[in-house]
Amino acid sequence: MSAALLASLLRAPQGAGRLGARDWNAVMAAARAERLLATLAFRLEGVALPDPVRAVLDDARFDAEREKRQALWEADRAAAALAPLGIPVVLLKGAAYAAAGLKAGEGRMIGDLDILVPRDRLEQAERALLAAGWEWVKPDPYDDAYYRQWMHELPPLIHRERDRMIDVHHTILPLTARPVPDAGAMIADRVDLGGGLSILSEEDRVCHAVAHLLADGDMAGGLRNLWDIRCLLSDIEDISRLEQRAALHGLAQPVARARRLCEHLFGRGSLDLGMVDQMFVARLLSADGWGRNGRRLLGQGFYVRSHLLRMPPLMLARHLWTKWRKGHRPA
Amino acid sequence: MRHHLLLAIGPARFRIGSAWRGPIDALRRLYAAYPQSSQDDAVADFTVRLEPAGIGRRWWRPSVRIAGDHHLPDAVPMALRHGLLAAEMGMNLQMALGWRRHLLIHASSVEKDGKVLVMAGESGSGKSTLAALLGERGWRLMGDEFALLDFATGAIHPFPRLVSLKNQAIDVMRREVDDAARFGPLMAATPKGDIAHLIPAAEAVSRMSEAAPPALLLFPRYGHAPDIRAVGEGEAFMHLTQASTNYVACGEAAFTALHRFVTTVPSIALDFSSGDEADRMIGRLWREYAG
Repeated sequence: MSAALLASLLRAPQGAGRLGARDWNAVMAAARAERLLATLAFRLEGVALPDPVRAVLDDARFDAEREKRQALWEADRAAAALAPLGIPVVLLKGAAYAAAGLKAGEGRMIGDLDILVPRDRLEQAERALLAAGWEWVKPDPYDDAYYRQWMHELPPLIHRERDRMIDVHHTILPLTARPVPDAGAMIADRVDLGGGLSILSEEDRVCHAVAHLLADGDMAGGLRNLWDIRCLLSDIEDISRLEQRAALHGLAQPVARARRLCEHLFGRGSLDLGMVDQMFVARLLSADGWGRNGRRLLGQGFYVRSHLLRMPPLMLARHLWTKWRKGHRPA
Repeated sequence: MRHHLLLAIGPARFRIGSAWRGPIDALRRLYAAYPQSSQDDAVADFTVRLEPAGIGRRWWRPSVRIAGDHHLPDAVPMALRHGLLAAEMGMNLQMALGWRRHLLIHASSVEKDGKVLVMAGESGSGKSTLAALLGERGWRLMGDEFALLDFATGAIHPFPRLVSLKNQAIDVMRREVDDAARFGPLMAATPKGDIAHLIPAAEAVSRMSEAAPPALLLFPRYGHAPDIRAVGEGEAFMHLTQASTNYVACGEAAFTALHRFVTTVPSIALDFSSGDEADRMIGRLWREYAG
């Protein structure tokens, strides 16, 4: 699969010199599908490239710069809306990496703004954002109630003038998931960036990225998330502190797996991976040279897994039945 | 993908893959005069995929989903007999959503005396048919769909893809062009009506990398009594921001380029009721503003 070539280029950019036109067509289509094209552009900075490749990568970088500017502005607007409450606004994921100038933010596409606020201040935060121009986008009462009862975030809000989405989290995994991360500790140990904004500590950034990739969701676009983790891991000074922190959040196993996957795909050498890890690798590398998912069946397996992770079987059955009656069909 | 082709139109290179042979064969024939190669020899700016819309839909009631680097999430699949149109729509979509090297204006353009006439307007305004018509009457066709405005020089770059003729425009151009080999197959009852493609005149293709400065901007409107009206700079600017698919994405450079365009190029709204009439009116306007 061409995603393997993409991963090897991210690991060792000098390898770009050996690529022919066919490889470039394939690797750039796979990178676009995995939302890693601008990241690849940053990695290939200073490497001699054919002109047509350089042109496509420059366009991708241009788009990433704009996204970053927009994301920082959205973060600024959210901070302004929430300032009167005097609560900490912790940026998560892309916006956090961009605001703190982390390596993980280089060329990263940033979609929604994700923030974390203390759970007991959630209602106040919601009211303040509604007053500042954000609006509900989930008109369905079942979806709305589901979010409020079981999810780790409010139903998504979109700003009516800027058309940008904000996800307000109170913890990092759905309440129905088995691990129960300590969101209070995450907020207490945040790193202040000034301007009313902060980000998670180095260790908690890794824990959150890992929870997002391995303990939640079907791993679509997972290679990008694993690249995030690889960059975040490189900021960690004391690996034993990461292990302690992961244990506190109930994420010791996923964090250990993420480290193995990073080492295997982006590290120095190939590890001797177990069978389950190999399935994760196959899923992460399923983009083909036309930007398609070349392993549909495996993808469906991980889709089922994502729901089993998210809730116990009986609850899942009721949820799927309700969604089916409402006309929802899996993609 | 099983069938594929790499094709250059103006400054952009497309890699088009298809689950079926038909659309690729049609592209090869209609784009015979354009630079074609394989994905082994050249690097594309964009990838377009024509893929089955569901399990089994390669064979059973074959149905094409347009996908690629950029795609619309809820695009309706198309019948395979309209596969050529699907390929064209796929390429247009990549340009509209992904092109960053020029400001993209949804407009047709033709060139004469080293100067460019740009025609902007809604679908059905007649801008595409007018460009096709003028392209047979002494003008060089630069494009019937997108005009590419250079950020640095303010020049218009050609994007002379196949001319997409809709409904009555097909007969208008069949009367104008006495060469059946320059027409693609008639695709009846597509989501956009009846469609047939016209291969641009040889000069439009051989000179597709030659840019030229704009001299006149028209807002044509078909189906009205003949009339012309000057359009203010502000109004033209607002129209063109709406007609551009990458104005917001290109940021400040887009504002600067468009501002220069509307403050240096005269804008005229032109109502017309037939192609011959519009041709005469444009001839007079051209002598007045670009002569």
